[in-house]
Amino acid sequence: MTIEHLDGNALAGPLGELFTFDATTAVGRCAHCGLTGPLAALRVYGPGPGLVARCPGCEEVVLRLVRGPGAAWLDLRGTVSLRIPLPD
Amino acid sequence: MRRLIWRAATLVEVRAETATARTLVLDVPGWPGHLAGQHLDVRLTADDGYSAQRSYSLAAPADGERIELTVELVDDGEVSPYLTEVIEVGDQVEVRGPVGGWFVWRPESRAPVLLVAGGSGIVPLMAMIRARRLAGSRTPFRLLYSLRDPGRRYYAAELRRPEPGLDITYLYTRTTPEDWPRKAGRVMLGDLAESGWPADFEPDCYVCGPTGFVEVAADLLLDLGHAPEHVRTERFGPSGG
Repeated sequence: MTIEHLDGNALAGPLGELFTFDATTAVGRCAHCGLTGPLAALRVYGPGPGLVARCPGCEEVVLRLVRGPGAAWLDLRGTVSLRIPLPD
Repeated sequence: MRRLIWRAATLVEVRAETATARTLVLDVPGWPGHLAGQHLDVRLTADDGYSAQRSYSLAAPADGERIELTVELVDDGEVSPYLTEVIEVGDQVEVRGPVGGWFVWRPESRAPVLLVAGGSGIVPLMAMIRARRLAGSRTPFRLLYSLRDPGRRYYAAELRRPEPGLDITYLYTRTTPEDWPRKAGRVMLGDLAESGWPADFEPDCYVCGPTGFVEVAADLLLDLGHAPEHVRTERFGPSGG
């Protein structure tokens, strides 16, 4: 990838519209290479037509988010799991 | 925490930082407070309904419902020309935040801190320096601030005042002040080795700036033996402005 990218910190606002927790501190596992890390460390390309977050290890797509009129589309097919830190 | 909502923000004060950057102080009723390093989204909506939004780092700890951001003019940007050249005290924008819980420093943290700023990447790092001061923290901080030329320095007067436990190194990539000991050039391994902390001190490293700068500086820190989990990064992409 030679296109300049942002990082997963840029997902904080758009995902904050959906979730009540800060998703960028959630630790995800890449469905392609198995790398784990916080969503904040993903490589994010966008903003239009949507945000595409790629794994910093294998560059495969981990997450996609499109905000349209009246709805948001969240595609998590590149994510095996998300571990979300929560207080007890 | 609850889902993010847009709030009305009123501009109450403007401070020029450089020829192209200014700090905006906004009054945001209902602002829930934030951590140093967090950012917020700003949304502008035109009369015809067209809207554009951008993410900006918060430059200082919250003062009640008052927040500060520093905005650099991006020539062909959609939002920054308005925020740097048009908006006046009393005008309103919409903001949403705070967001981002990863690139943050908490005053209760005891690990030494290395801040590495490229250009306007200083903004969230300045919030950390100010949060340290506000908390009376004695955690040692070092700042390596990379700039194109001396005229681009943000917060120049404030950073010139000596502050116990905060060491600052400036690095110029194109033009240096007169008689500057280091030749103009991009950040190198030696800069981080000399101005940073040894890796075995296990400092928390925060690197913020344009994507290319962050990639280089973060890789150099790893080369110096810093563990990846101690190197947190935040990139400004090309879509800014």
